[in-house]
Amino acid sequence: MQYDKLLSPCICGLKPSGIRRFFDIAAEMEGVISLSIGEPDFATPWHIRQKGVESLEKGRTWYSPNAGLTVLREEIAAYVKRHTGLVYDPKTEVVVTVGGSEAIDLALRVTVCPGDEVLIPDPSFVCYEPLTRMAGGVPVSLATRREDNFALTAETLRAAITPRTKLLVLPFPNNPTGGIMRRDQLEAIAEVLRDTSVLVLSDEIYGELTYGDEPHVSIAQIGGMQERTIRISGFSKAFAMTGWRLGYACAPAPILEQMLKLHQYAIMCAPTTAQHAAIEAMRNGDEAVQSMRSDYDCRRRLIVDRLRKIGLDCFEPEGAFYVFPSIRSTGLTSEEFCHKLLMEKKVAVVPGNAFGESGEGFVRISYCYSIKHIQEALDRIEDFVNALKNGD
Amino acid sequence: MRNSLLKMVRENARLTEDQLAAMLNTTPDAVRRELTELEKEGIICGYHAVVDWEKVDPESATAMIELNVIPRKDTGFEELAETILSYPEVESLYLLSGGCDFSVLVKGRSFRQIANFVSSRLATLDGVQSTATHFVLRRYKESGVYFAGDQRDERGDI
Repeated sequence: MQYDKLLSPCICGLKPSGIRRFFDIAAEMEGVISLSIGEPDFATPWHIRQKGVESLEKGRTWYSPNAGLTVLREEIAAYVKRHTGLVYDPKTEVVVTVGGSEAIDLALRVTVCPGDEVLIPDPSFVCYEPLTRMAGGVPVSLATRREDNFALTAETLRAAITPRTKLLVLPFPNNPTGGIMRRDQLEAIAEVLRDTSVLVLSDEIYGELTYGDEPHVSIAQIGGMQERTIRISGFSKAFAMTGWRLGYACAPAPILEQMLKLHQYAIMCAPTTAQHAAIEAMRNGDEAVQSMRSDYDCRRRLIVDRLRKIGLDCFEPEGAFYVFPSIRSTGLTSEEFCHKLLMEKKVAVVPGNAFGESGEGFVRISYCYSIKHIQEALDRIEDFVNALKNGD
Repeated sequence: MRNSLLKMVRENARLTEDQLAAMLNTTPDAVRRELTELEKEGIICGYHAVVDWEKVDPESATAMIELNVIPRKDTGFEELAETILSYPEVESLYLLSGGCDFSVLVKGRSFRQIANFVSSRLATLDGVQSTATHFVLRRYKESGVYFAGDQRDERGDI
């Protein structure tokens, strides 16, 4: 078979994930200590797991309604209201998806028409650009900068909007930078959007993992923005439920209705066992989230402090579980730095340019690891950077 | 800060004041003051390493010994407890509710040495009615540390 002639040129033209390529090298080596994983080191809190187990014991192994179990949608609406004040109708404005990823795909596919421009902050998680292309859209990068703590500025946004702009992706707290958008920054973004009909895909999967005294704010909470926002979140990061594959989207009914159609044909429904567990997470999970967040917070401070002492410029990330230090002072590119660090000290971190051009000069370090593990890795990074400085 | 600090040093007493300060968003001075205060108040009672003695000496042994005793009229369990805890072989001593009175954790150079210790020093004490010696066959976790090898990270790189 001549597969290259048979397969869709659109999908064949997509680049494989830049994170993957690097991991494949690391996987072949012995004794590698990794700071590269983007999922919690915690197991799902026991009381949540137990509800999943119970649902299996009771034989609840059927499909759920397409949009998700009614109770779960109600609990999601209640949870979102409790944490953000936003009101969504669980019957018509909430869909339970297979991870936040599916919700992102749905949102792009139901909004983007061929040739539409989708604005994507750079650096960002790797999925927005290829999914935009698969929906027929044209991805447009919005560079975010270290001097703005990798927040999106109103000026950058304004300069990028054209008559073809359909959607703005707002992935904050951000993977890979850990940058967040505070309320005043969102107000400025909203001010730019108000005169336009640009929609917003707000990916808030890391929302609960916001550090400091002020909780996460959604763009949908800013006056007039809810009607144009598809708010995506899920259970993976905050509730340490990555393997359950469960996320959700909240959006105005006319948008959600179309997303639901696609979801119904492609997926049918999200895993039922996971949905039963998720009900417990929504009802009684706040305490566990708080406890994990406080552990992440300690690790975050420890790493930032140490990286600065090592001599790497590092802004203080206020969300997610990544730090994004600059490695420019070493004179190496992101890829060179990561490759050399892996080969010489057997520490795996991810090159910043895997997340977009603006990530060049930075590396992503995850703190989903024990303090002991983090210390060991940082000791090696310190040796590595010192050796570079001394020209060894 | 107090509870967070306790939790951190409980897990790893070798974190430096600088590191603790970074994690707790405070100054190394403040950490030092708080630790001193905790020590003064008797909340932090000591710092020690968790040692896998079997790796040092494969013959070494540990046993949990249950003691049933007759409490003394005037001093109850206290006098007997004081005698037992003064033995250097005794690593931990607890007064328990339930089926026995004392639980004594004993470390020795060999099974034989512990057996001798029980028969000659513990069983013969005034007021001790009976002893039951349980030798530790395998240590899985102690003071929060895993002994059965490091836990494997099952997460895949995504």
